[in-house]
Amino acid sequence: MTQNTQKTTPPPQLDRADARVRHDAGLAGALRGFVDQIRSGDLGMLPVVLGLLLISVVFSTLNPIFLAPNNLVNLLFDAAAVGLIALGVVCVLLLGEIDLSIGSMSGLASAMTGVLWVNSGVPLPITIIAVMLTGALVGLLFGFLRNKFEMPSFVATLAGLLALLGLQLYILGPTGSINMPFSSPLVRFGQILIMPAWVSYFVAIIPGALIVYGSMRTNQRRSAANLSSGGMSVAVAKAAILTVALIFAVFYLEQGRGVPWMFGVFVLFVVFLNYALTRTKWGRSMFAVGGNAEAARRSGINVQRIRLSAFVVCSTFAALGGVFAAARLASASQQAGTGDVNLNAIAAAVIGGTSLFGGRGSAWSALLGVLVIMAISNGLTLLNLSSSLRYMITGAVLAIAVIVDSLARRSRASHGRA
Amino acid sequence: MTQENAGPEKGELILRLRGVGKQFGAVTALEDIELDVHAGEVVALVGDNGAGKSTLVKVLAGVHQPTSGTIEYFGKQVLLDTPAAALEMGIATVFQDLALCENLDVVANLFLGHEISPWRMDEVQMEVRAWTLLQELAARIPSVREPIASLSGGQRQTVAIARSLLLDPHIIMLDEPTAALGVAQTAEVLNLIERVRDRGHGVILISHNMEDVRAVADRIVVLRLGKNNGVFTAETSHQELVSAITGASENSVSRRAARKLEEVGEDQ
Repeated sequence: MTQNTQKTTPPPQLDRADARVRHDAGLAGALRGFVDQIRSGDLGMLPVVLGLLLISVVFSTLNPIFLAPNNLVNLLFDAAAVGLIALGVVCVLLLGEIDLSIGSMSGLASAMTGVLWVNSGVPLPITIIAVMLTGALVGLLFGFLRNKFEMPSFVATLAGLLALLGLQLYILGPTGSINMPFSSPLVRFGQILIMPAWVSYFVAIIPGALIVYGSMRTNQRRSAANLSSGGMSVAVAKAAILTVALIFAVFYLEQGRGVPWMFGVFVLFVVFLNYALTRTKWGRSMFAVGGNAEAARRSGINVQRIRLSAFVVCSTFAALGGVFAAARLASASQQAGTGDVNLNAIAAAVIGGTSLFGGRGSAWSALLGVLVIMAISNGLTLLNLSSSLRYMITGAVLAIAVIVDSLARRSRASHGRA
Repeated sequence: MTQENAGPEKGELILRLRGVGKQFGAVTALEDIELDVHAGEVVALVGDNGAGKSTLVKVLAGVHQPTSGTIEYFGKQVLLDTPAAALEMGIATVFQDLALCENLDVVANLFLGHEISPWRMDEVQMEVRAWTLLQELAARIPSVREPIASLSGGQRQTVAIARSLLLDPHIIMLDEPTAALGVAQTAEVLNLIERVRDRGHGVILISHNMEDVRAVADRIVVLRLGKNNGVFTAETSHQELVSAITGASENSVSRRAARKLEEVGEDQ
């Protein structure tokens, strides 16, 4: 074990003692690893990036306005609400469960916002807290049904879809729609408020800086612990590409109105959930339960509590998404949360790379997926297509996303990657 | 993790079962079982189907409660009422189906449910401990950052055994660890069992494979129809073991052997 290829460090590094494994180092190695990964069916973000490119090319040739800065700003405004709902969907999909009531939950949330805040004069913060608590309660109920009665989440949440829609119609009453004052902070947040340019640029630099700082720290700690450290080239390259892309995006949006605060808040939630899923014991348990619930149980994980938490997070995000949607539309109506909201949110999570079969996915998939879904919907609207065609096309896109997910899963299985 | 393991001296009596019985309604699964396990010894538990091996394992793992008898742990009588209690006391079990999460990597599986710093997982420290443990077992795992799905059956068995050792138990129970393995991988697992024993753990090995049992066991405890049916050593002849397991010197195995012998005789 001592006759090792590592010449610089006399004692072999803990993870480099086995000569049978190819260790990809440096930029070329990272590239080779990436190609291997794609080939084995671990597609990651690739379908999304390709999809976005394809969509941009097709729609901008059909109608040049599609890529105009202000249209993209509008797209980001629209994306925040569905994106938040998709973020919750990621959590239930990770466990291999599903929540079909998210659309109705968001509709109920917007109705509650209208009734409590506009009609009854409850202060806005308290209204939002009450709405989110309602969401959490609904999630608790779904989790309870799943845990205690082993009711498939598909059925439980399908029942929830109807019940919550009924509740939404009930509390809206005969008028059926409540308009929100345009000068109010909520509607301004949903329609007007834009980050100052310097804030946008500053935020665009942060991810790259964090990548470089984080990998420096990790490398230090790894070499201190006698583990191999990957070197900085990959991290620096990643950070550079990301920073350039983000700065260009901000620059382009600044040609129009700029980056909406609403979208910024959504991204903040994505970052938060990403940390929770990747760096905490809760997140690790989520992946474990999604991968093999029995193994998780025998490892001492409380599977029922993890399930409960996933449903609570999902419904809470759906409720918050409903508030965002109400802010965007400046109204709470009977139509809120109906139609394609459900499918758009689920499609966004799946298109972004979260598997329907559980155990695979990330918070980023909600962000990327919702951009794809919203780009399609926005492009089709610009072409003046009727909603009948829009529904059909969105349905086809969801079907394709699930097929890709399914094929990738099969390929991963045959390549020995779960 | 080895530092904490200053516990039992080699040869010290860890576990002592006396008169343990288990009834499921009218069925007596175990009756008056006696079993001793010392530190640094491999005790094989053999018996035919329905002999009560799995029930005994489940009693020791805290899954089932015995209906009679006493379990002494380091001389003190104990109650194993939940799997967690058994685990905490220092009895770890590697189940036959391993129970690993295929979508997670080796480190994640080793530490599942016992992650270091739950709110900000310490991946570096976990990886260091994973490598240290795997190297102590001389395990041949190419990379601890690969998902379990990419490992072979023997490597998975190794990970499962390593995981049971992570909490530094005094006794580790292995339920049919070689049942699904090839020749080379079986040998690796047997080596692993010997290394675990040499680290001072008591090992309880359940197996149907007499060859494996005789290869590593210090003592062979035979169960038959829920009762003790003798304690043997690796030197015991195959025939003697088989007759203890089946309960008669005249049994299907011996009859088959005799018939083969006759056939060979007739051919000549």
